[in-house]
Amino acid sequence: MSGLTPLWEVFIRTRNGMAHRHVGSVHAADAALALQAARDVYTRRGEGLSIWVVPSNAITASDPADKDELFEPATSKAYRHPSFYDIPDDIENM
Amino acid sequence: MYTQALNNLDLAPDGTDPREARFMARIDAEERIEPNDFMPEAYRKTLVRQIAQHAHSEIIGMLPEGNWITRAPTLRRKAALLAKVQDEGGHGLYLYCAAETLGKSREAMMDELVDGRAKYSSIFNYPTLTWADIGMIGWLVDGAAIMNQIPLCRCSYGPYARAMIRICKEESFHQRQGYEQIMTLAAGSPEQKAMAQDALDRWWWPSIMMFGPSDSESVHSEKSMAWKIKRFTNDELRQKFIDATVPQAHRIGLTIPDPDLRLDEETGHWQIGPIDWEEFKRVLSGDGPCNADRIAARKAAQENGAWVREAALAHAEKRKARAAEPIAA
Ligand SMILES: [Fe+2]
Ligand SMILES: [Fe+2]
Repeated sequence: MSGLTPLWEVFIRTRNGMAHRHVGSVHAADAALALQAARDVYTRRGEGLSIWVVPSNAITASDPADKDELFEPATSKAYRHPSFYDIPDDIENM
Repeated sequence: MYTQALNNLDLAPDGTDPREARFMARIDAEERIEPNDFMPEAYRKTLVRQIAQHAHSEIIGMLPEGNWITRAPTLRRKAALLAKVQDEGGHGLYLYCAAETLGKSREAMMDELVDGRAKYSSIFNYPTLTWADIGMIGWLVDGAAIMNQIPLCRCSYGPYARAMIRICKEESFHQRQGYEQIMTLAAGSPEQKAMAQDALDRWWWPSIMMFGPSDSESVHSEKSMAWKIKRFTNDELRQKFIDATVPQAHRIGLTIPDPDLRLDEETGHWQIGPIDWEEFKRVLSGDGPCNADRIAARKAAQENGAWVREAALAHAEKRKARAAEPIAA
């Protein structure tokens, strides 16, 4: 046993129908305690109706160094957006 | 977890690391720096020190107020104080998490706090002698914290800025419940009003000192401003606090304990007398009225809770091992 209390990432779904959203992290020995800690730390004022806790080391993140090759192509493809196409003003409902 | 590729570093012809220039360009463009992004070592160190100090202040700050939870005069006040102290614990946790994203472990931060290597706000080394001190902490100490913390919501380091946004949302309740208490005392019996004034007399100057040394003396200010960790200087924030707070005291008939205090008609700012920086240095370096008590209380909490943390971990390990066992036929 390492003696370090594991880290968990906390996700909360708010009452307005949005997806679970990352709000922060907590340390806890196991999942049940992580849920309890997340409830105490992140939902003291009606912030949500559902909590997910995920072991931090289970998350695989993209590398910031790969930012350009991953995301640049998306910005150069303007034809993916509706505003790329010229439609006369008098055409309605489009 | 942040790892820095120190090998095969391509230095520019002048010997500087080109990533530093790109980092500064991102800061200048108001981009947020995230945990895995490149950052100069000095930026990381400054942030770890500042965020850990801030987290420690939230945690130690629970002690002077916790002192009065069982003696709150009404159930309404007791519920508010409990909720406030619980918030402060939460603030400490958000901030420790932000510091951890920079590669510093929670355990190391806790150790540095109890063995005196880490600092926390000098204000929490003053005692809470009467119930009025609890109102005064909410009004002045949380009020000063808000002044400090609002610009930190735009700090260049993403996790710190996000923690500050959560914290600032909660601080307003702290200040208002404190001012309401003081307002009630100030409108009460002569003894109650005297108690409020006595608390203001003791907490005013320490609150003013919370903003840290004057700009000319501040060792970390310039770099922190360039890195957009800090947005205003200590003196600018201190002045904002004074201008906001003096009229609040006057409105409820309390006197600011400063014979030199005067309104500068030209600038519209309240001018204060000289600050006793010797006292500030003394309290910060460990010689305040309650430094030893605060650390002893923190140390006892950490030591007395150790068996609980160990047991919880052992229990989690055992359950994991049991779940991995093949099920007997
Ligand atoms: Fe706080
Ligand atoms: Fe507070």
